[in-house]
Amino acid sequence: MKNLIIIGAGTAGTTVANHLQTKLPSDWGLKVIDPAPRHLFQPDLIFLPFGMQVAEKMERPRKSTFRRGVEWLQQEVSAVDTDARQVVLDDDERLPYDLLIIASGSHIRPEETPGLLGEHWQKNIFDFYTLEGATKLRDALAEFEGGRLVLNVVEMPIKCPVAPLEFAFLAEAFFTNRGMRDLIDLTFVTPLDGAFTKPLAAKAFGSMLGDRGIKVETEFNAAEVDGDRQVLRSYDEREVPYDLLVTVPTHMGAKFIGESGLGDELAFVPTQKKNLLAEGHDDIFVLGDATNLPTSKAGSVAHFQSEVVIENVLRAVEGKSLVDDFDGHANCFIESGYGKAMLIDFNYDVEPLPGSYPLPVIGPMALLKEARRNHWGKLLFRWVYWNMLLPGKPLPVTNHMSMVGKKRNGPAGTSKSEIAA
Amino acid sequence: MPAVEYAGKVFEVNEEGFLADSSQWTPEIAEAIATEVGIGELTDKHWKVITFCREDAAKQGTPPGLRRISKLSGVNMKELYQLFPKGPGKLAARVSGLPKPQGCI
Repeated sequence: MKNLIIIGAGTAGTTVANHLQTKLPSDWGLKVIDPAPRHLFQPDLIFLPFGMQVAEKMERPRKSTFRRGVEWLQQEVSAVDTDARQVVLDDDERLPYDLLIIASGSHIRPEETPGLLGEHWQKNIFDFYTLEGATKLRDALAEFEGGRLVLNVVEMPIKCPVAPLEFAFLAEAFFTNRGMRDLIDLTFVTPLDGAFTKPLAAKAFGSMLGDRGIKVETEFNAAEVDGDRQVLRSYDEREVPYDLLVTVPTHMGAKFIGESGLGDELAFVPTQKKNLLAEGHDDIFVLGDATNLPTSKAGSVAHFQSEVVIENVLRAVEGKSLVDDFDGHANCFIESGYGKAMLIDFNYDVEPLPGSYPLPVIGPMALLKEARRNHWGKLLFRWVYWNMLLPGKPLPVTNHMSMVGKKRNGPAGTSKSEIAA
Repeated sequence: MPAVEYAGKVFEVNEEGFLADSSQWTPEIAEAIATEVGIGELTDKHWKVITFCREDAAKQGTPPGLRRISKLSGVNMKELYQLFPKGPGKLAARVSGLPKPQGCI
C-alpha cells in the first residue's frame, strides 16, 4: 500500500482530495490532515464587517466538504521529515508518505509588528482576515462615530491582494449610505508604490480611490504601532495617526514549514512555477497560498493549480513525466461598493486588461470595470464554490488564461504572451 | 525601451529605470545609479547589501525582497531605510542592476 498525504483542507487541499479520491489506483491510500473542524468560505470575510453577510452562513462542517472515502485526520502537523518521508503530527505520531501535497495556506501574524497585539487589539485595531477579527470589526464600524479610519497593509505578499482595496471601497460606501461620509477621514496606507501591484490596474484603482476621496499613502513600510498615541509609524519614520486602525498584518506560511526547513523567510515553500513541485523534492507538490510563486494568493489560483497538481500526482503515481502546465492564472472579483464589482484576470506574463471574461456557469463579466453583474457574479460564486468547486465536479473553465475578450492597447502580436503562444 | 548612459556606456533600462540586462552590471554602474537616485557615495554598508542582493539573485533566480534582505544580509530594516531611503527593496535592486523584486503580487 502506498500513501498520499495532503496537509491542509482549505480550497486547494479539499478540491485536490475530492478529485484524487476517485482517480488514484486502488493500492494508494489518501489522507488529509487539518486541525480545524469547519471549512470557512473566505471570500465572504470582506462582506462581514459591513453587515453584508453573517458568520453562520460562511462555514460548513469540514466533514461535509469531503467526498465519501476521503480520510480526514483532525490534527496539527508539527513537521515534515523529508529524509524519512514522514509527516510528524503534534502527538509525535509519524505518518509515512510516498507523495506529499502541501496546501497549508497562509496565515496572518500580527505579532510580527510591534504594538499591534496588545491592549488595543480588537479595541480600536482590527484585522478582517479571521472570522473573529471580521466579526469584532463589524461591531466597531457600527459604533464608529467618525474620525480617522486607517487601512494598512503591513507587508506583501498577502492573501487576496485586492481585499484591502475592496475594504476601502466598501467602507466609503458604508459610511456614505449611513449619511456620515463627511465625518470620516479614510486613508489607505500601503507598502506598494501604487494602489495595486500591476500597472494598468493600479492606475484604474488609484483614480477610483481619488474619486471617492480616499487618501493613499504609498511606499509605507509599517515598523510599529503606538497604540497609546494612536499612531502608525514606518521604518523611515513617517507617522499616520488613526482613530480606528484596520490592519492587514504580515502573512506567513504554516509554522511546520519553517520548522522543517521547507520554507523561505516567510515560511512559503519555494515551488517550481509550472509543474508545482517543491524545489529540490520530487515527491512533494505545493499549491494554493502555501507556495512562494509570483502570482496572487487567491482561491481562483488554488483552483487553477489544483488541475495541474491532480494531473501531475497521477503522472507521478504511474512514473510518467510531469506536465509544465501552470501559467500563473488568477482572477479576482473586486467589490467596489454601491452594489457593483470589478473583475480582473491575469497570469505570470499578462497584467489585468480591460474587456470581458466568459465566466462559466455565471456568464460574461466585465473586466477592470465596475458593473452590477460582477457583484452578482461574486455572490453566485458562493454556490459554485460549495456545490461544484470543492466537491470536484467538472467546471467548464480552462486553467490557462485566455486572451479571448481582452483588449490590449498598442500593436497586436507584440506582447510576451502572444509571442509565447 | 529608454536608454541611459552610465560610466561612459549606454544601457537599456525599463520605464522605472531598472537595468534591462542584469549581466551588464558592474560596480561602476552601481555608483552611477546611486548618484542618479540621490543616494550619493556608496559606503561599505551599501556594498554589503548590494553584494548580498547580487549573490542571492544569482542563487535564487529572483531578486530578494526587503524582508529577505533584512533577514539575511546582516543589515537591519532601519539601516536599510537609511541606506536606501523611501523604498529600500526597490532601490537596492535597482542599484544592484536587478529587476524590480516580485515579492509583491
